[in-house]
Amino acid sequence: MIEAKDLRKQYGETRALDGLSFDVPKGTIFGLLGPNGAGKSTAVKVLTTLARADGGEARVAGHDVMREPAKVRRAIGVVGQSSGVDAQLTGRENVMLHGRLHGLRGRELGRRADALLEQFGLGDVARKVARTYSGGMQRRLDIAMGLVHRPAVLFLDEPTTGLDPEVRAEMWTEIRRLNEEEGLTILLTTHYLEEADRLASQLAIVDRGRVVASGSPDELKRTLEGDAIQVELEEPNNGAVTEALRGITALSEVTVEGRVLHGRSPDGARAVPAVLGALEAAGIAVASVKVARPSLDDVYLRYAGRSFEQADRKEESR
Amino acid sequence: MTAIADAATLAGRDLLRLWRQPVWIFVTLVQPVVWLLLFGALFERVVDIPGFEGGDYKQYIVPGVLVMTAFFSSGWNGMATIEDLERGITDRLLVTPVRRWPLIAGRVGQNLVQVVIQSVIIVALALVTGVTFDGGVLGVAALILLAGLLGTAFAALSNALALVTRTEESLIGAVSFLQLPLTFLSTAFMQPALMPDWMAKAADFNPVDWAISGGREAVQAGTDWATVAGYAGLLAAFALAAFALATRAFRAYQAQV
Repeated sequence: MIEAKDLRKQYGETRALDGLSFDVPKGTIFGLLGPNGAGKSTAVKVLTTLARADGGEARVAGHDVMREPAKVRRAIGVVGQSSGVDAQLTGRENVMLHGRLHGLRGRELGRRADALLEQFGLGDVARKVARTYSGGMQRRLDIAMGLVHRPAVLFLDEPTTGLDPEVRAEMWTEIRRLNEEEGLTILLTTHYLEEADRLASQLAIVDRGRVVASGSPDELKRTLEGDAIQVELEEPNNGAVTEALRGITALSEVTVEGRVLHGRSPDGARAVPAVLGALEAAGIAVASVKVARPSLDDVYLRYAGRSFEQADRKEESR
Repeated sequence: MTAIADAATLAGRDLLRLWRQPVWIFVTLVQPVVWLLLFGALFERVVDIPGFEGGDYKQYIVPGVLVMTAFFSSGWNGMATIEDLERGITDRLLVTPVRRWPLIAGRVGQNLVQVVIQSVIIVALALVTGVTFDGGVLGVAALILLAGLLGTAFAALSNALALVTRTEESLIGAVSFLQLPLTFLSTAFMQPALMPDWMAKAADFNPVDWAISGGREAVQAGTDWATVAGYAGLLAAFALAAFALATRAFRAYQAQV
């Protein structure tokens, strides 16, 4: 349903897309997972015809995004990162506006709008101006607007950013329902690992404008063998740490980021005493230790070479 | 056909938004009244200057105030576009099947409705205060048409500027920079014979003055319609160029998103 091949886009000095490729099969929820600034939103802008790629090609619902933008636009629904809701209009007027712009008219449009508003729990407030809506309500209205013309593909760019955990969970249920009951193909970008894990049947992990790993969340986790070990140190202490741990064969893939040490071991519980002993012998104080089954965070660390949180924070501070 | 329907839909949205802001309606409707009464009273004795033709100043400035009002309010048309850009509404509209020009036509269409309403209020007030329009209904209609063309041109330019600069500050700066100089570089308040020579010449190249001179010709007795048509043609060409520019500005914007 979506094929992106070697997409490239540059903003001044910044390379936003650096050979991004992925395929989204029909009827799936496909997740583009990556930290802020990884290029996910740029990918959505290119695929929805808002922006042009400098290189590469992409097809959405069978149409070339660069050569046939008008056909692509008729086939897609887009919910961007910032809301597309006009706060001065009522919920119903917002949905009707987008319906009309997609060529729907008259009674059919009215019925469609009412059904959508009802479905997204906005039936009671449909005739109130959107300014009075909560963040979660505005986001649901956003999605209703994107669905009014029954698109074949729905793009959701960071659909739950800025929402309360409770509202986020409701949104997940709704997104899953759209996919399961209505067979809608959904491309979702997110920088929440949990969201990708829960919703996406297929994932592409994006870092610095390219896909570094892809597969189902379980497949990706299976590529990592053994447990993840995370040790928090009292003080950042890079060189000495790697030196001290060199002799421990049960520990591999050691990386240190600031005060946090990551490692991997076939048997985490067995490796921990050895690691702590070695650190103590080297005079390195430890604040806490964590052993866990592989998570998407570990997958990200493995393929992007830095932990997700670190990458996210770095991009945000830019 | 679809594109025209889209423009109408979008103009309807803009009118609805304005309708829901009572303060805005109040200001829009009252401002022309203030201009007319204020300038009429302030410059009342201008008619005493030797060389001023005609005896009633209010009679003289009605076309000027009407065109100035259209010019002033149209300049701010791009503010709605900036708000849309900030909220993500523009990005959302650009990925619907709507073509680029109806997006501008909708904004400009809303502006045209506003200009016509304001103009009718000014004409009504002028009639109440004893001003006569010897050119009749047709003359008044021509005056409003010229004001509408001028408004359309500046509304389109305002949108072009909004799409290129994308900040309120730049738009406010540019609009305030142009408003008073272009108004006073015209025959709105002073007859050309009484203006410094260079100003009278400069006014010939000022679209604001095209609308005022053409409109004044239309509402007086014994209208020379060829003159009016000439000004209308100039303004239509200007409006068309501005409209084309604003439509192109989407391309500049999309190259940056």
